[in-house]
Amino acid sequence: MKVSLVDCDAEEPNVCEFIEGESLSWSTVKQKIPVIDADKCIFCGRCFEFCNYHAIVFLPPARFIQVVEDLCHDCGACLYACEYGAITEKEKDLGTIKTLNVNKSLKVVEGRANIGVYSPVPVIRQAIESLNGESLTLLDSPPGISCPFIVTVEKADFVVLVTEPTPFGLNDLKLSVATLQQLHKPFGVIVNRAGLGNGEVYEWLKVKSIPLLMEIPFDKEIARIYSEGKLLAEKKQDYQYQFTRLLKKIKHLLPWMK
Amino acid sequence: MDEIAILSGKGGTGKTCLSAAFANLCSNVVIADCDVDAANLYLILQPENVYEEKFVSRQKAVINRETCDGCGVCIDYCRFEAISYKDGLVTISETSCDGCMLCMRVCGNKSIKMVSRDNSCWYSGTFNNGMMVYARLEPGEENSGKLVNMVRRKAREIAKEIVSNTIIIDGPPGTGCPVISSLTGAKKAIIVTEPTRSGFHDMKRIIELIESFKVKPNVVINKYDLNLDISCQIADWCFDRKISVAGKIPFDVNVVEAMLNCKSIVEWMPKSETSKEIITIWNKVSKDE
Repeated sequence: MKVSLVDCDAEEPNVCEFIEGESLSWSTVKQKIPVIDADKCIFCGRCFEFCNYHAIVFLPPARFIQVVEDLCHDCGACLYACEYGAITEKEKDLGTIKTLNVNKSLKVVEGRANIGVYSPVPVIRQAIESLNGESLTLLDSPPGISCPFIVTVEKADFVVLVTEPTPFGLNDLKLSVATLQQLHKPFGVIVNRAGLGNGEVYEWLKVKSIPLLMEIPFDKEIARIYSEGKLLAEKKQDYQYQFTRLLKKIKHLLPWMK
Repeated sequence: MDEIAILSGKGGTGKTCLSAAFANLCSNVVIADCDVDAANLYLILQPENVYEEKFVSRQKAVINRETCDGCGVCIDYCRFEAISYKDGLVTISETSCDGCMLCMRVCGNKSIKMVSRDNSCWYSGTFNNGMMVYARLEPGEENSGKLVNMVRRKAREIAKEIVSNTIIIDGPPGTGCPVISSLTGAKKAIIVTEPTRSGFHDMKRIIELIESFKVKPNVVINKYDLNLDISCQIADWCFDRKISVAGKIPFDVNVVEAMLNCKSIVEWMPKSETSKEIITIWNKVSKDE
């Protein structure tokens, strides 16, 4: 089976700390930023009015107008607003997309946002779109429930949520579940570091009829393997079997994937 | 007023447990939980007398099918790929819409209007050692940076009211807009890392961000005994760059026990090695000028 793994945690991409490969391609993600030509600008303030992100500073008495690049969302409203041809656009680098060939069956795509970039969303979107979708695609999602998470899970057929059996873990899991239900996505849960904390998460999953896909015990040996950037399935035979079973289970939950 | 941001880059390194412990070591302190995607600190600090206010995060475009003539001009202009034809009708995806209003402006027969989304909230309340401000982002909502700014602003207002000189900011993971919003204007930052390759990698990125904002980073290596070799590499890396390592905390299951009992480790086991180290770290960072 051919597999592609996309690191969508573009703010803190980690997949390449665990998997090495030969570089296949490399590209830059760009966004458009408006440039205001002061000679053509008549200081009417229309672009300032149209910008919904406060990305244009406009001081009419001083005849001062400037773009705050970090606040710009690349929506094109100012360009549309200007009737005097004073606005053009330039490109700004947001991050990189790197594609690696690991072996015959595995390809890794890493989305990496530049430091200081406000939103990783365009980088994530482009990383996912760089694949043709022929293979089984795994998307390593960023944390949280806001836009970077949404843009990642939006394309997924199934979502695996990884939690831990602690009050923090359960609280965050509930938020993720609420988000996925809004998006009408099928999902299941893996309890990591099982044995720590308490059993509340299991009771909650039962009450909500959410499938528990797998448990990974709390084990210092596993923590050490992880810390060194090694893969559990490679270091411990049993986990190769466990993860294969996990994939089978997910396929059963998704009849059209068979 | 000292604003101290607790950050990590990587999630799950122990930011919130450490923030809770620091909160318990202070008096008359203001805590700002800026992890608005997944606020957890209130589970430990158990705020009382909670005040709640709705937060309008953004506006979303909504189409009026009765007047829409299906011309598709809005589809051409939308740069977020939020508008498309579905079954021959112009349809706006709520999750993809960025709220820029351009579609509304280009629509010839005024068939698009903006609707405010106000399902996110922010809260303030009292706890044993002062006051705290926190928030709940509506699932799937954008603009978490804007909500973080709101939490920070309220925290400052409260600090002024109660004459507090310390605000502790429990930040979100990552390096993007909510992190930048948590960081701007802070005086110091504490980076909570862990001795894993990914923890180390993420720490380097967050320090680069912090230094670009001219904030002084202080590194704390949490669970340092899980991999002594990587802990040493992190300490060496910091030493070479003259970045202060404020301390190292051992792996301690009692931290989880404390959490299960809605307490921070310094409340739960004040005499433990872990608590002593956390007290030393706090004294070092908070007194450092």
